[in-house]
Amino acid sequence: MASRPLSPHLAVYKFTYAMATSIFNRLTGLALSAGLVLLVYWLVAVAGGARTFARAMAILSSPLCKVLYALLVIAFCYHLTAGIRHLVWDTGRGLERTQSRSSAKLVIVISIVLTLLIAYCFWIAGARAT
Amino acid sequence: MSLRTPLGQVLGTGAARQGVHHWWVQRLTSVALVPLSIWFLVSLLTLSSFDHATVTAWMAHGSTALLLILLVLVASRHSQLGVAVVVEDYVGGGLRTLTLVISTFAHVLLASAGVLAILRTALRGFP
Repeated sequence: MASRPLSPHLAVYKFTYAMATSIFNRLTGLALSAGLVLLVYWLVAVAGGARTFARAMAILSSPLCKVLYALLVIAFCYHLTAGIRHLVWDTGRGLERTQSRSSAKLVIVISIVLTLLIAYCFWIAGARAT
Repeated sequence: MSLRTPLGQVLGTGAARQGVHHWWVQRLTSVALVPLSIWFLVSLLTLSSFDHATVTAWMAHGSTALLLILLVLVASRHSQLGVAVVVEDYVGGGLRTLTLVISTFAHVLLASAGVLAILRTALRGFP
């Protein structure tokens, strides 16, 4: 195969909202793929019985994993809102430049609010558990 | 004047012979994942604890097991399609095919392992 250039030339474009939201959607998608691995690991650990589960939970409740969960929540909130934006685009709506620019801002705001809401719920759940 | 054959125009499957299949499945799975992922997150938030007994009891509910299986299957497919697009954009040459094959195998493995684990937990009470 001829060495053709790969499609997104990230370095040659002026930074824009459309570009940033698109790249972040991909990054968060990849992060959630990694989250899927964690989810399946957890499911397999549950199926493995109490002792296997305890051993897995020692890893899954480590500080490193807790940081990962926080990042995954951010990724989830962003990917969910940005994904809904894509579904709206697929209906042919909101594709004008001004509309797309304001929906980019809206996606950022909504995903931050969602993340804070989930963080608050986790905090409440944690307070209830102790 | 189009250089496509009349048959090709009617089939509309393009050079890759797949048409809009990839795009469409990506959309189908994303629509399904909106309620599924929100359900999963809310379930985790409302679970009283993460000890083995609580989690097992939760998964033993028929509806939980069903929704979890759907979540794992749909999320795996969505993830596989998404990763494939990223690989096609950023990995070139023979390495691209290899990466795509490995990614597909990994996703099928993830989906099967997840479903098997959910079934093992959910059917534990049965002989």
